Amino acid sequence: MSAKKDDDLDFETTGHQWDGIKEYNKPLPRWWLYTFYLCIVWGIGYTIAYPAWPGISGASPGVLGYSTRSEVAQDIAAVDQANAAINTELASAELTAIAANPELLGYAKNAGAAVFRTWCAQCHGSGAAGAKGYPNLLDDDWLWGGTIEDIHATIAHGIRNENDPDARYSEMPAFGADELLTEEEITQVVNHVMSLSGEPQDASLAAAGAEVFEYNCASCHGEDGTGDIYQGAPNLADAIWLYGGSYDALMETVSYSRYGVMPSWQDRLSEAEVRAVATYVHGLGGGEASQ
Amino acid sequence: MAILDKHKLLEKNVTLLAVFAFLAVTVGGIVQIVPLFYLDNTIEDVEGMRPYTPLEMAGREIYLREGCYVCHSQMIRPMRDEVERYGHYSLAAESKYDHPFQWGSKRTGPDLARVGGRYSDEWHVDHLRDPQAVVPESVMPKYGYLEAKLIDGKYIGDLMATNALVGVPYTSDMIEQAKADFAAQADPDADYDGLLERYGDKVNIRNFDGAPGVSEADALIAYLQMLGTLVDFSTFTPDASR
Repeated sequence: MSAKKDDDLDFETTGHQWDGIKEYNKPLPRWWLYTFYLCIVWGIGYTIAYPAWPGISGASPGVLGYSTRSEVAQDIAAVDQANAAINTELASAELTAIAANPELLGYAKNAGAAVFRTWCAQCHGSGAAGAKGYPNLLDDDWLWGGTIEDIHATIAHGIRNENDPDARYSEMPAFGADELLTEEEITQVVNHVMSLSGEPQDASLAAAGAEVFEYNCASCHGEDGTGDIYQGAPNLADAIWLYGGSYDALMETVSYSRYGVMPSWQDRLSEAEVRAVATYVHGLGGGEASQ
Repeated sequence: MAILDKHKLLEKNVTLLAVFAFLAVTVGGIVQIVPLFYLDNTIEDVEGMRPYTPLEMAGREIYLREGCYVCHSQMIRPMRDEVERYGHYSLAAESKYDHPFQWGSKRTGPDLARVGGRYSDEWHVDHLRDPQAVVPESVMPKYGYLEAKLIDGKYIGDLMATNALVGVPYTSDMIEQAKADFAAQADPDADYDGLLERYGDKVNIRNFDGAPGVSEADALIAYLQMLGTLVDFSTFTPDASR
């Protein structure tokens, strides 16, 4: 196969020549070229419409007056506006009356579920079943009370935090670390506590522990160990444990105490959001009727 | 077309071509980059930003070492969903002492730009030890070994001096006292007046991991608990045009 002799072909050239090599004039397709020009024109228009050109002290603002910050502010304002009426209604309603108002209840449960997933799920679990040290919100075992008012107060002010003077507060002494009880006494009282919920224990130690319990624990947890929601003292007789009910876990609890905390949510959430999430948690299954 | 004929000169002289190509790129660079250094609306000064304390700095180094940034960004974008989930969108000034910054939008884990104060120290310890214990659906690995590794901040002053070189306003006093401040922040019984004087009252001083000694977990939690808490957004209104 013989090579083609380009010299024989009569193509238009650009006139560029390099060592005898000529460059054919093969321009871009017209549609491509015009699209390219159009892009330049569009680009100039874009820089006029939107912030672009640098000046002495600032960039040109653009004739559309666009800014990301004002756009997000408008987005948020639009949603706030759309929910303003029902949020006001929710924030001012009697807590106990929310359940009786289907529209308010539906809104509060859905809004509350969103608030819960954003702010509460990390500790209490996305399904609200809790974890060791973080209470389960699905059952009817409440540390600080399970009526809608109690739940609302707990969420609004939190537990054992320093930024809210109305936070739920109680503190169990570290009976071992602060040498309030001897190790022997702690062993006895732990056996007694285990006996309250029918766990296997040493009967003689448990019997001795009953007296230790009466003098050291009963003032908060009650003589029968059923707890006191006004002091956040857990019920010890129901076999539901926040930090574990094994001998080792209870020894640790009594010796070193526990100090679970929860933030004050009224600082971060609006009253309507606090009420929404309180309604949601109250409706998870364990909510108690108000007195 | 006399000037176009001159173009042949460039085409035939590679050194000249390199020089002129460099000039052309320089002009493009100046036009695009330089205005960002002086325009008022690209530089925003916010109150509250301070250089990281030595312990936070060490925590940040651990954050980088462990590759936390691979899954967690520190940049809340100005969109309603992000603002509602994470808090006020991030400002450029909030990253001004970061070398390197931790921006990004690829999130296997949540954004951490405002994680400070959101959870208790105890939660962080539980979560670093076994993320699935508190968040069962999490895919985060376990970082319990950070608690076992005690650190003394021996080189933290050097790191701060290096940061000072690239513009972080660490004073010579801060750098000299780095090791003392490092230990004081994790020990509420220590004399931490100097630390507060140098870095302000907003510094968290706690035994972050609840165990004796300064561990890597102490440093990392100190860093996490500070993130996003420096600027007070109740008193700061961002200028919409920026």
